[in-house]
Formats: sequence, C-alpha cells, structure tokens
Amino acid sequence: MADAKGIYILAELDEGLKPTSLTLELMGLGQRLASDLATDLNAVLLGSGAQAAAQELARYGTGEVLLLDEPALSGYHPEIYIEVLAGLLRSRPPLVLLAGHTSMGQDLLPRLAFALDCGLVSDCVGLRVEGEEVLFTRPVYGGNALATQRVETPTAMATVRARVGDAPSPAGTAAAVIPLEVSPPAQTRLEMKGKEVLSGRECPLEEAPVVVSGGRGMGGEEGFGQLREIAALMGGAVGASRPPVDSGWAASTCQVGITGKVVAPDIYIAVAISGSTQHLSGMSESGKIVAINKDPDAYIFKVSDYGVVGEWKQLLPSFTAALKELPKV
Amino acid sequence: MGLNIIVCAKQVPDPEGPPSSFEINEAELKVTARGIPPVINPFDENALEAAMRIKESHEQVSITLISMGKGISKAVILKAVAVGADASLLVEGDSLDASLLDSFATARLLAAAVARAGGYDLVLCGRQAADTNAGLVGLGLAQLLGIPAITLAQKVDVAGDGVVVERVLPDGYEVVEAPLPALVTVSGEVGDLRYPSLQAIKAAKAIPQTVLGLADLDLDPSTLGRVRTVALAAPSRERRCKMVEGETPEEAGRNLVLALRQDKVI
Ligand SMILES: Cc1cc2nc3c(=O)[nH]c(=O)nc-3n(C[C@H](O)[C@H](O)[C@H](O)COP(=O)(O)OP(=O)(O)OC[C@H]3O[C@@H](n4cnc5c(N)ncnc54)[C@H](O)[C@@H]3O)c2cc1C
Repeated sequence: MADAKGIYILAELDEGLKPTSLTLELMGLGQRLASDLATDLNAVLLGSGAQAAAQELARYGTGEVLLLDEPALSGYHPEIYIEVLAGLLRSRPPLVLLAGHTSMGQDLLPRLAFALDCGLVSDCVGLRVEGEEVLFTRPVYGGNALATQRVETPTAMATVRARVGDAPSPAGTAAAVIPLEVSPPAQTRLEMKGKEVLSGRECPLEEAPVVVSGGRGMGGEEGFGQLREIAALMGGAVGASRPPVDSGWAASTCQVGITGKVVAPDIYIAVAISGSTQHLSGMSESGKIVAINKDPDAYIFKVSDYGVVGEWKQLLPSFTAALKELPKV
Repeated sequence: MGLNIIVCAKQVPDPEGPPSSFEINEAELKVTARGIPPVINPFDENALEAAMRIKESHEQVSITLISMGKGISKAVILKAVAVGADASLLVEGDSLDASLLDSFATARLLAAAVARAGGYDLVLCGRQAADTNAGLVGLGLAQLLGIPAITLAQKVDVAGDGVVVERVLPDGYEVVEAPLPALVTVSGEVGDLRYPSLQAIKAAKAIPQTVLGLADLDLDPSTLGRVRTVALAAPSRERRCKMVEGETPEEAGRNLVLALRQDKVI
C-alpha cells in the first residue's frame, strides 16, 4: 500500500440527490483535521446521476471530489459499495476516513475496516488532533462514560454522529470533480429484495426544530395523539423512548436514543420519560430540554432546562390550549 | 441434514442500571459496575430469540451458544441455554476482559472459537454490545469467516439454502437474502427473549458445554487490537432546571408556555 495521506469524507446524498447535512458537517470537521494535520481534504461520492451533487460538494472546502458514478451504485448495496471503495482506498490510502454514523455508515465502515485491516471508531461524538494523530471520543456503557480512543493502523476510520461538526459556508469557487472508473463486481451474495417504507415520513425527526417525545408513562397510543397536536402547533415532530415503540404505541422510526435516532432540536419536550442513559444519549445535545413527569425525583429533571411535576393528562390540555392562544412574535 | 445455528452472546453489566452504578476509573481506563447484576447483552438475547423462532418453525435445528469473556456467570449462561440451546461453548480467561479487548481482537478470537464449535449454517449476533456500543464484531466475524453478512435484522428466517432478513432502515425496512452459511446481526425489533421454565433451567445443566481457554485458540490477544482507549471520562449532561408550578395542574401547564415565551424559547 502507498503511504497514507489526506483526510477523506465519504459523502452521502439524500433522496433528492443533495449532500446530506451530516455530510456537510463532516466537511467542516474534515477541514479542521486537515489543517491541524497539515494535509488535504478530499470527498468521495458514490452514486448514480450524482454529477450535480459532486459539483455542490466541491464548494465545501475540499481539495477534490472523487466521483464514482455508476448505475450499480444508485442505492446502497454492501458488497458493491465495499468492493468499489476498498479498491479506491487501497490505491489511495487516507490518514483518516470519516463517514456519518448513519444506516449506511454503520453497515459499510465495519466491513471496510475489516477488509482493509484498518482500525475503526464508531459513533464518534468528538474528534481532535493531538500531536500527529487524531483522537476520537465516543460514548460507551450506553452513554454512562465517554472513551477517547486512538487508532493504531496507518489509516484510521470513524463514523461520526450528526451535529458533531459544523457545516462550512459554501465557497464561490468549486474544487475539481474527478470522475473515477468504476468496475462493480459481476456477482454478489446478498440480494436486495426491496424496501418497505413505514409511516410515510411522519417523523423526519433528525431535521425537526422541535421534538415532542412520549415515554412509558404515556400508557398507550391515545396520549401520542396529544403529543402530535403539540408537535404540529410548534412545527415539530413526535419522538418516543423505547418502551412505547416496543409496545406499538409509536412507530419504531420515532425512537430516540442510543439505538434509535440522535436528535438535537432547538427544543426537546420529554413527556413521561424518566431519563435513562440510553435515551439521553440520543437527545442530550438539544438546545432547550423541557420535562413533564409525575415523579419529582425523575432523573430527566436533572438534565432539563424546564420542568413541570405532574400527570401529563392534567397538564397537556392546558399547555396545548395556551400554545394555541399565544400571540405570534 | 439439519440446520446449525450459532448465537454469540456476551455478558455485560445490566445496561438499565442507574448511572451511579457505573464507576469510571480514569486511571485504569476501566468502567466497573457496582451493585448491578451481569446479564446477557440484550441484543444478543434478541439474537437467541430469533434463533428460537427458526427452531420452532423448522425441523432439526440445533443452537449452539458461544460466550467469551472473563468471569462468565454460570447462572446467566445456564438461563440462556435453558431457553432452548442444544450446546454451549465458553471461552474464558483473564486476558479476555472486555476492557482489554477492542472489537478487532474480539472478532478474531470469536472467529477462532466458532471454528472450534463444529459446523454452522447461520451465525447470529446482537447488533451491538451494551457496554462497548461499537457494533463492529458481527460484521468483522463474518469477514473473517468469509461469509456474507446482513445487519440490523428485525426478522430472520431460513428458506431453502438461504436466509431471508428484514433489515431495519431509518424509515422502514428492506428485505435482504443471502445464501447459507451467513451471519446476521439482530436488532431489538425482533422481540424480547422468552423466559425458560424452572424445569428447563434445572434440565439445562445436562446440556453439553465446552469450556476453552485462550491457549486453545492459539492467538495472542495483545497483538490483535487496532484501537486503543487512551482516556475515559464521565459525560457532563446536567443542567439547571427551572421548575414551573401552578395552583392547579392546568395552571402549571399554562405557566410552562408562559415561561418558555418569557425566556424567548418559543
Ligand atoms: C441496549 C439497550 C439499548 C437501549 N436503547 C434505547 C434507546 O435508543 N432509546 C430509549 O429511549 N431507550 C433505550 N433503551 C431503554 C432504556 O434503558 C430505558 O428502559 C427506557 O429509555 C425507559 O423509557 P421511559 O423513560 O419511557 O420509561 P421509564 O423509565 O419507565 O419511565 C417512565 C417515566 O414516566 C413517568 N410517568 C409515568 N406515568 C406518568 C404520568 N401519568 N404522567 C407523567 N409522568 C408519568 C414516570 O415517573 C417515569 O419517570 C435501551 C436499553 C438497552 C438495554
């Protein structure tokens, strides 16, 4: 293998073939790491019909955008993606490869790390350069502790959570987009048989400025109707802790926490949620946290900015009514 | 011909224990659990449950439970075996302490253990462990065994020579198939592990168990790691909470809106 060099960002596109906000955040992080390590930043984009996205990415402080554009790369297929990426990284081994801790990142990066025998730190919430190397911070024990880790192979890989980096503002001039030859494998062992989309985008949680979540104390599906009304009034989305999802009161796509979605809205309202470490891992970076809980000693109050002690059934109707009456600012 | 399923299950301190029970030793880079019992990693329990469902709906299914670690609790393993395993394989040793091994070393050691467990058609792992939360071992194990892997299963079934998986996506799920032998990592959506009866727990003592040590695997864990922890700290999450009250709950609900408006939060 050649000498490891440069920071590479593995870009992801949304359904409209635009770079995701997490991808742009990674560009910001990558810029910082590249400048601290005195190396360059490059973006890698796999997709189909991704020319325009590559041009857009090229405005976010990258040295170049390596574009692997090919119909076989239109959706994520683990074996095709890994073959194509492993080939690229073998010929151009980076010092650091960053990907989002997304559905794809969680599946692809471990495969890549084991295929190339590179160390990987998953689910990073912090990255910094110390001396000549990058240190990665991630939650362990369900978020009860934070471990800082170093990678002992020439190439370090990491998956990074949303809102760890800040997206840079786009520059007027764009870096070069370098289209690369792609030869996808002729055969794969995995067969993708199609997707089933649930709940018709009812919970675009990660993007919502306000998240109103219910917990086990909601006691059933009905209460979630009230949460939905509040979310609608505030321009937000409905979330849940794990028990309501397990009980079928809320869609599994609504789960917030270490094994659900990681959100950091301006306002997070936790109703009848006790504040387990696993739940906090998914929302503790929110702007303002508001808790409603009947137990004055519930841990959630310790990590909230506003709290009301009481039964949600008695509190939510007047809360909702007052929201409706609130004069616009 | 029957179907051999291996379920990899790790013992962890009960992840639902209160935060105060996780004592952080910054000098030794270790987290010590105080006053909470060891349990099987909940996602590994989901993997065992997935195996049990396959066993119920197919003929001649045999389940082998593999667990590796330091000081594995016999009672915890016995209870898991009693649910419906046909054999168990433990790999024990002081140098197999979870805090000493990274995911890369763990996957290599497990691959060697799987090779000692006899043949397999399907390997099931939890999607991630509740202590390291890394989610790497299952995929690494598949890579080392040279078999296809599917992650985040909410449903696993065997059909003909292949495995059919519903894989959890952020907005739903997708169906993925792979030829056997294959590895699948299992998510919580599969459902909780059933309880064994007291009778089954008693009978489980007679289920064949192999205990190996590190020497049997012929690997040196100290050379297998790729990631090293250099610092450990407690998260700082606590905030100053403004408690909003009222003469009645109704008033408190209204006052909350007023407080948020006053502070320009809304
Ligand atoms: C490996 C693993 C991963 C996990 N991942 C996640 C995850 O991603 N997300 C997640 O959320 N959890 C997760 N969990 C579960 C987590 O440990 C907790 O069990 C869960 O978060 C608790 O949810 P809760 O706060 O809604 O319920 P509880 O802890 O039961 O709390 C319910 C709260 O509601 C209050 N309450 C009850 N009735 C009322 C009422 N009428 N009015 C007002 N308040 C009321 C109670 O005082 C209590 O504080 C995970 C667990 C494990 C082991």
